Amino acid sequence: MNTPEPQQLDPGTPLVHAWRNMPDVRGHFGPYGGRFVAETLMAPLDELSEAYEAARNDPAFMAALDNDLADYVGRPTPIYHAERLSKKAGGAQIWFKREDLNHTGAHKINNTIGQALLAARMGKKRIIAETGAGQHGVATATVAARLGLECVVFMGSEDMRRQATNVYRMRLLGAEVRPVESGSKTLKDAMNEALRDWVAHVDDTFYIIGTVAGPHPYPAMVRDFQAVIGRESRRQMLERLDRLPDAVVACVGGGSNAIGIFYPFLDDEDVQIYGVEAGGDGVATGRHAAPLSAGRSGVLHGNRTYLMQDDNGQISGTHSVSAGLDYPGVGPEHSWLKDIGRAHYVDITDTEALNAFHECTRIEGIMPALESAHAVAYAQKLAATMKPDQIVLVNMSGRGDKDMNSVAEAAGESL
Amino acid sequence: MSRLASRLGALREQGRSALIPYLTAGDPAPDATAGFMHALVEAGADVLEVGVPFTDPMADGPVIQGACERALAAGMSLSGVLDIVTEFRQRDNETPIVLMGYLNPVDRMGLDTFAERAQKAGVDGVLIVDMTAEEAPDVVPTLEDAGLDAVCLIAPTTGDARIEKICAKASGFIYYVSFKGVTGSASLDVSSLAASVERIRAKTQLPVAVGFGVSTPENAADVSRVADAVVVGSALVRQIAEHGADRDATQAALRDTLSAMRRAIDEQDNTQGEARRA
Repeated sequence: MNTPEPQQLDPGTPLVHAWRNMPDVRGHFGPYGGRFVAETLMAPLDELSEAYEAARNDPAFMAALDNDLADYVGRPTPIYHAERLSKKAGGAQIWFKREDLNHTGAHKINNTIGQALLAARMGKKRIIAETGAGQHGVATATVAARLGLECVVFMGSEDMRRQATNVYRMRLLGAEVRPVESGSKTLKDAMNEALRDWVAHVDDTFYIIGTVAGPHPYPAMVRDFQAVIGRESRRQMLERLDRLPDAVVACVGGGSNAIGIFYPFLDDEDVQIYGVEAGGDGVATGRHAAPLSAGRSGVLHGNRTYLMQDDNGQISGTHSVSAGLDYPGVGPEHSWLKDIGRAHYVDITDTEALNAFHECTRIEGIMPALESAHAVAYAQKLAATMKPDQIVLVNMSGRGDKDMNSVAEAAGESL
Repeated sequence: MSRLASRLGALREQGRSALIPYLTAGDPAPDATAGFMHALVEAGADVLEVGVPFTDPMADGPVIQGACERALAAGMSLSGVLDIVTEFRQRDNETPIVLMGYLNPVDRMGLDTFAERAQKAGVDGVLIVDMTAEEAPDVVPTLEDAGLDAVCLIAPTTGDARIEKICAKASGFIYYVSFKGVTGSASLDVSSLAASVERIRAKTQLPVAVGFGVSTPENAADVSRVADAVVVGSALVRQIAEHGADRDATQAALRDTLSAMRRAIDEQDNTQGEARRA
């Protein structure tokens, strides 16, 4: 169990289904994805696509990545049978994929390690990133510190207030955290600002996008780096239980932890796939962050995807108790998986997620990130409708230490 | 020939450079914009570029971001922008208008509907910032079928093969982004600009406009020396931000800012003309 999962970004297996062929050469997942950016970024994106193609086919690069995932990140992460939570749900057995046990406390580092190695390979000296909850910012600052790269993280000033501890962590790691005051002062605006910075510094700067969104090749590249989650899970399930799960559940903001665990299961047609969006105060109230449940196709941040937008095509404000899910778009591959019906997208409200946070903490001794608590909440509901010999695998994408203030605030307490 | 092509063609024949001011429609209020547009024409604008506000203008610097926020807060929409063009056309049927904006509002309205309504309102050209040549197979023909020019961007990072591809699709004029950065940054390098514009001219007969970073009359004159048209945006939008609700003061400031640029460009054109004749 201690050998790292070999990286097979190009699985080389027969292409059973169309989804294994996605995206096309220009980054399209059916009608979604693509590259919708100002002209200045087209050449740098071509350069990135070429560098990534070369790297993923270079055994030395892949070996360095495997090595870092094992020794630095701590992979493979275990799968864990949440027995008491399963008993409480009163149906299927709930298992967690423990991405919360990764270095820096979430799945985000699977991707930042990969992109930072690519940046170093391309000779870029400066790293930029956007962050919402701060987990991707911390994971980026961490790998930048290790590789000795300059690092600037863009973060909405509203999110900086909500996630002050992560801001301090990034600064301790040597990153500059640049407050973003435009628009809603949250993740989407941080991404705008990072794109603007990249346009101005394309020659020496590598932009590490934290999710499976953005212009091609980011959605495919980030998926490939995160797919280690699903590959490990699938192998671990077969080794431990000699069977695959009946359902896989993950929370979806931009959707990187979700695509990471979903992707290696896409060909397993008996495995039901559920992405859980942030329902906020309830999708019917309009105060949520659930574009797949209640949005429409549009173009933002370089790709076509489901978006929360008004009738005039302006991007809507979002709401979620979880800063990491507070984003009006979603990775284009999710939009496509929704349309073709391979994955189901559901939503969980703030209250349901907070309840799941407390329950999981109290009866399993595992404090989930508020993002991951959305997946736990849905898994409880789903398990209750299933039989005791069935299995629901939940991606425990991150740990909840960062959310103490939000949890206390929701309970009317202050720390 | 479109209003845009004939205006720019005539200027080129006269050896004069076009001056293209930019405003974000609806900033600070929907009923202010048409008046500002007329003022800019009086101050010497040859073509007007009208920005369609968007919540997430990723190619724009803080000045135009602010304009978008003010315009949206005042209720502006793509539909409202077309109404402003209709209103402007009641008094001015000559000055070409180019709409500049991002894809999502157009996408929401529907490309066909947008093209038809824009043409009817009196728009001449459309520039969609985040609509690249690769993703635009249906956009350019739809715009052109409706009688609209499809203005395209070329950047310092654009290679020769792509320049050729973009020029083959574009109409009206080519908008060259003068440097790697967002609108309103100040780092115009005129010496490298000349070579870049020549690189584009080698591939197309279309006029080449240069924008991003033209903030002073001196910048405008320098750019007019090498380009067919000079685009000025943030320098004007800043006047609107500074003067707030005082419409008369804003119009006067817009007029002053643009006339100074007009004079500097005309002097430059005259000097160049005399040099050519000598």
